[in-house]
Amino acid sequence: MTTSMTQLLEAYPLMNGLSSDAIALVAGCARNVAFEPGALLFAEGASADTFYLLRRGHAAIEVHEPGRGQLVIETIGPGEVVGWSWLIEPYRWTFDARAQDSLGAIAIDGACLRAKSLDDPAFGYALLQRVAGQILARLQATRMRLLDLYGEANER
Amino acid sequence: MSLHDRSGLGPNLDVEDLVVIRPDQLNDLIARLGDLGYETKGPTIGDGAIVPGAVRGTSDLPVGARDAQSPGRYRLEYSDDGHLFEWAVGARSWKAEFFAPRERQWRAVIVDGTLRFTEPTKSARPLAIIGARPCEVAAISVLDEVLMNGACPDTGYDARREGLFVVVAECTAPGGTCFCASMGSGPSAGPGFDLALLELDDADGHRFVVRVGTARGAEVMAGVSSTSATDADVAARAQALDRSINRMHRHLQTEGLAALLARSMESPRWDQIAERCLSCGNCTLVCPTCFCSDFRDTTDVSGAVERTRTWSSCFDLDHSYLHGGPVRASTSSRYRQWMSHKLSTWWDQFDTSGCVGCGRCITWCPVGIDITEEAAAIRGDDEAARAVHVEEEAR
Amino acid sequence: MTPVVHRVVGRRRETDDVVTIQLEPVSGTRLEFRPGQFNMLSAFGIGEAAISLSGAPRDPGPLRHTVRDVGPVSHALCQSDVGDLVGVRGPFGSDWRIGDRSEDGRDRDTVVVAGGIGLAPLRGAVQELVAASRENGGRVFVLVGARDPSQIIFNEDLQAWADDGAYVDLTVDRASAQWSGRVGLVTTLLGRAPFDPARTRALICGPEIMMRFTARALVDMGVDQRAILVSLERNMECGLGWCGHCQLGPFLLCRDGPVVAYAGVVSDLLAERER
Repeated sequence: MTTSMTQLLEAYPLMNGLSSDAIALVAGCARNVAFEPGALLFAEGASADTFYLLRRGHAAIEVHEPGRGQLVIETIGPGEVVGWSWLIEPYRWTFDARAQDSLGAIAIDGACLRAKSLDDPAFGYALLQRVAGQILARLQATRMRLLDLYGEANER
Repeated sequence: MSLHDRSGLGPNLDVEDLVVIRPDQLNDLIARLGDLGYETKGPTIGDGAIVPGAVRGTSDLPVGARDAQSPGRYRLEYSDDGHLFEWAVGARSWKAEFFAPRERQWRAVIVDGTLRFTEPTKSARPLAIIGARPCEVAAISVLDEVLMNGACPDTGYDARREGLFVVVAECTAPGGTCFCASMGSGPSAGPGFDLALLELDDADGHRFVVRVGTARGAEVMAGVSSTSATDADVAARAQALDRSINRMHRHLQTEGLAALLARSMESPRWDQIAERCLSCGNCTLVCPTCFCSDFRDTTDVSGAVERTRTWSSCFDLDHSYLHGGPVRASTSSRYRQWMSHKLSTWWDQFDTSGCVGCGRCITWCPVGIDITEEAAAIRGDDEAARAVHVEEEAR
Repeated sequence: MTPVVHRVVGRRRETDDVVTIQLEPVSGTRLEFRPGQFNMLSAFGIGEAAISLSGAPRDPGPLRHTVRDVGPVSHALCQSDVGDLVGVRGPFGSDWRIGDRSEDGRDRDTVVVAGGIGLAPLRGAVQELVAASRENGGRVFVLVGARDPSQIIFNEDLQAWADDGAYVDLTVDRASAQWSGRVGLVTTLLGRAPFDPARTRALICGPEIMMRFTARALVDMGVDQRAILVSLERNMECGLGWCGHCQLGPFLLCRDGPVVAYAGVVSDLLAERER
């Protein structure tokens, strides 16, 4: 089980360049999960203990506003990470994450990873670097969207 | 050298031949061009400056005029020596003759449910310019590349430009802002003229050494009495041109300039220039090669539509308008566009410099910004930055 | 250069501010063009604007132009009715060079990335590429970004291209509650599309920032920057290289563009600031 999980993990950009020992450490905190379309991966305000690497399908990061309903902020696809709040206190989800379609993922226990990082700071740093890389890409894309590039061109 | 008299009709002149004419014979030359059907134009005095105008004889030329030019300053002074070409250039170049400041492109009226277009007809009479400066002839060649020699020639420009006869007046009295020697466009005339005059007034009297530039020029000169140039005339001519170069105090170092400007887009100098630049566009108006234009449609009460082309300037905020706003909103980016176009990207676009060194943009700038000084400053900054870089590499 | 008078023979609203008009010459035959080129369209009495051709040379019938209502001329064009007269000068400029083969002569993957109205000048290219892929097997990937689902143009074409075997993926910046598709930046679609970067060419059209980021992302993925084409826009007024308005560094974009290779000077120009 653990061996095949290691192999699964190796294919993810998040694990890119990590030693096999490090990947084995991650695999020890990971399990395979599946979600039906529409199912919640996690909910706003809930305790952020598990995050996901998507294997197939898409997850929508959503927030609910009365009168406007469920708003999709971003969709996450295969190979990408869903959830960062497990990393930083108070470990609480800010948004909902919902399966858009039939979704397969690797669920990773955040508390388990944090504990291993504290035990082995070199592993923790390598992991954090990779997570930060993904957060950076997500932040940059979000900033780009803030520009409203396709928005209204002003009248002359 | 043969000293035989060529008075009367001397039909056997060749390109590059040198002959001598007196002021009266220059008058004959102008009259002959008129007789041959040319509309004769040349430098005239108007509004206290030397401006293009109708020239039917030497008395229409700027007799005795001198121009005192410096950054932001132009004054005419007069002498009683009767010299015709002892000045540099005025504000208005010859570009307006071929590329009018305002020109209708077409007019359309609705006939039988569709539009019928009419285009303005051009004067069939060819133009002869008597007394254009070498830099101005060079400028016409530059404009030719833009408006005539591209894939889509401007037929209006083409029509007026075709048949142009050029009598160039080589420069013996460069102005205070001239730098044509740096640009290779003066003070002697390069290609593009039919006849070149160089005015001399020494122990041998007031006269013009005429250099034949084309077979057509030779034909025209064949109808004007002249004498062969003596060794003394030839020497005096060469001396006058040398003196002219030596009297030109402005220089533009052109070596590597296009690449220098292309890599200096973030030079702090642009902002420094912008502190003085009024973004008025005078430099583009007086520049003999600036070609930017606007196209505007208008209607009248009859329902007819007209499209008009007018000169425009890259210093106008609207010039770079893209839906949303101008691309070049700051003065520094607009000056940068103008200067880097003239001296750098013009090469990419038309395989020539966009600057001929006439100095008009310096003289007519209300705050006296000097393109040669700015180019030198940018070069200085670039060299300093590179020196630091080399030092760091060596460390 | 006088315009050739055309008549509006079809009109279709694409979004709240985008309209496709179809034009036939009042007399004579349809002009020849290549995908990526543009025409200068005259709304008589108002003025002229550069509008890309959104049709495909292989499709018979009228000329298609897809116009966004952003100024007086484009507004008049968007408002024009069937039967109205529109002047056409063109076609002008460079094209997407879709007939170009790779250096080894093998058929390549073509990634088409469009932002908003940027899909209009790419439509003809995709039509040609999808048709050609049936014959030569070159794969076509169409990745489209838009502000929100209501701003996606050519929905039926996108569906038809997918039905014809193209990989089509869409993403929007803002999603309404009903939208079940992707939400995010158009570059996020790149990582999910299974093209082979080593033998890919890319055609990009959209806002300049979007083209810049997309081109860089493609280069990071291993696409040869010489195989990346972008369509640039400046204030084209004459289309003939006379008026000087559409200058961008060494280019007169009406003459040297709008389609240019991203490699070299263009990547520098796109990073350069005009303020």
